[in-house]
Amino acid sequence: MDVVPKWAEVILVPLISLMLAAILSALVILAIGEDPVAAVNLMITGALGSTYGWGYTLYYATNFLFTGLAVSVAFHAGLFNIGGEGQAMLGGLGVALACLLVPWPHWTIALLAATVAAGLFGAAWAAIPAFLQARRGSHIVITTIMFNFIAAAVLNYVLVNLMRPAGSMDPATARFPEAVHLPTLHDILGVVGIEFSKSAPANVTFLIAILACVLVWLLLWRTWLGYEIRSYGKSESAAKYAGISPFAITMIAMLISGGLAGMMAINNVMGEAERLVLNAVEGAGFIGIAVALMGRNHPFGVFLAAILFGFLYQGGAELALWTSIPRELIVVIQALIILFTGALDNMVRMPLERLFLMIRRGNA
Amino acid sequence: MDFLTVIQLLDSTVRLATPLLLACLAGLFSERAGIFDIGLEGKMLAAAFFSAAVAALTGSVWIGLLAGIGASVALSLLHGLASITFRGNQLISGVAINFLAAGLTVLIAQDWFSQGGRTPSLMGGARFEPITLPFADALADVPVVGPVYAELISGHSVLVYLAFLTVPVTWWVLFRTRFGLRLRAVGENPAAVDTAGVSVIGLRYAAVVICGVLCGIAGAYLSTALQAGFVKDMSAGRGFIALAALIFAKWRPWHALYATLLFGLFGALETRQDVITAVIGIKVQGQVLGALPYVMTVIILAGFVGKAIPPRAGGEPYVKER
Repeated sequence: MDVVPKWAEVILVPLISLMLAAILSALVILAIGEDPVAAVNLMITGALGSTYGWGYTLYYATNFLFTGLAVSVAFHAGLFNIGGEGQAMLGGLGVALACLLVPWPHWTIALLAATVAAGLFGAAWAAIPAFLQARRGSHIVITTIMFNFIAAAVLNYVLVNLMRPAGSMDPATARFPEAVHLPTLHDILGVVGIEFSKSAPANVTFLIAILACVLVWLLLWRTWLGYEIRSYGKSESAAKYAGISPFAITMIAMLISGGLAGMMAINNVMGEAERLVLNAVEGAGFIGIAVALMGRNHPFGVFLAAILFGFLYQGGAELALWTSIPRELIVVIQALIILFTGALDNMVRMPLERLFLMIRRGNA
Repeated sequence: MDFLTVIQLLDSTVRLATPLLLACLAGLFSERAGIFDIGLEGKMLAAAFFSAAVAALTGSVWIGLLAGIGASVALSLLHGLASITFRGNQLISGVAINFLAAGLTVLIAQDWFSQGGRTPSLMGGARFEPITLPFADALADVPVVGPVYAELISGHSVLVYLAFLTVPVTWWVLFRTRFGLRLRAVGENPAAVDTAGVSVIGLRYAAVVICGVLCGIAGAYLSTALQAGFVKDMSAGRGFIALAALIFAKWRPWHALYATLLFGLFGALETRQDVITAVIGIKVQGQVLGALPYVMTVIILAGFVGKAIPPRAGGEPYVKER
């Protein structure tokens, strides 16, 4: 039996880590001569105080849902996919090709096709590191880092030399046709009579991201494949003994992971920018790592963590707009969350274990 | 392509290889002791900022260098705390350190200087100036040897010579001293080192601190010698290229020198595309050159050109008793 009860493991440990990160962030804000309480208030009104704020919060959260799920699925197989950034870039390429090459009659079909294209491109970009890990034993973390840089170079080349419209100086594709324009939350909620900000970018992809959460949960905990992925991640030797092929599981887990990261592009490329620009991903692939760690690799946890990070991103933008605190504050908070929930996990856990042992002894 | 162009190209190769070399050797110490370090990038960035900032405030580049090394070592100790003391995941800790540096440098720069996340331009004693080696001017007119000596070998900042000197020193420390033997052993089989009565934790912390010092010098070079001041994200992926070079060199000091010089040459060629066109007759896209170090590393890692075998205990936290 574990020393720390399940409820403490699931709720207490992440909560303490989050609090430590929050306290340190407050100290950072104090150190640069700003008021942390005022900053938090501004973030809350900016990100959650209006439907405009919510629209941005949910838009960012959609990105982080996809990349967070991507990192989680790989984590369950014991693989650390740090290449979500590159996979999402390639996903964007898939979306752009799907939207520009085919004259879609309606956005529903276009969305379906773009989702498939984004997933395929993302999965393909994860396939090479996965294959090299499974067959040649090269470390997946290093290869996925390298593939992030290669993806940036590929995208740069494609945008500058191949997909840039004639006469444009901007390294970006042409605008997508009007027919593939995705309905925003304003359009969707308007049908049931709810007023929602018109200018916020949150769109129908948010619902697809929630669907992806449910599907990942079903996959991991309700199918044979998910069982095999999780057992392989827990113990490679035990999984092998049970007849699970390490090659197959490594490939499948990474393909799903890359596909999910790639699918982020239907939100930022198709839903928001409506064209592919050079820096479309904006670090969302890396935030996926923080989201997965924070959410304990569970789809529901990832959902909560993605909303939290969406809030931080929108709140941080508001802070940068109204105070002299730069947007990089969010990068610091993100780093602290990764540090405390990921790397310094034992620092939080060890005292808790001691505490619970003491309580148990007291009861006995 | 004339002789002078070759000299110029090699000259900028040396300049661009220097930070890579220092960071690569930093990673070498850490990874040889069994601590993976993908936080080289963040440590360099933090050092670049603090050395430029302190140099700007004090007017002395040497105090700046110390501040840069201090910042880098502080992040190293954080990495050590997470991965050695609390036996956390070394890769995740490295990722966190990269973000911490990326965010904090801009935040503090904005607070101190209010110039949009950069430091003021460094001038005079706040920068590492090029050193003219003895007789460089006198020899400059001698054919072949003259330009090589005067343009290529002479005229770099002191940190460049220091970086090149670090290669034999690293080799000597790792392969000719007792400390080096133990450090390599702790990366291969920490239990054996522990059995011999040597502190695994102590050795690993020592390795991580050396890594911090070298990364600190690399970062200081970026902002006080290569350029005159800090700008946001100025390490620009160099920490990762250094990591690639480390794998390319298969964790050996002399090979690290060759690998970083090669990657430095790619960097130099990126700005001199006319040279490539002149030599091989076809136009090579800049993006191809930029991606080349990463592609080559993936190929090496895949074992198609020799096998890169990392230190055996790399990435594994050491648990004394089970």
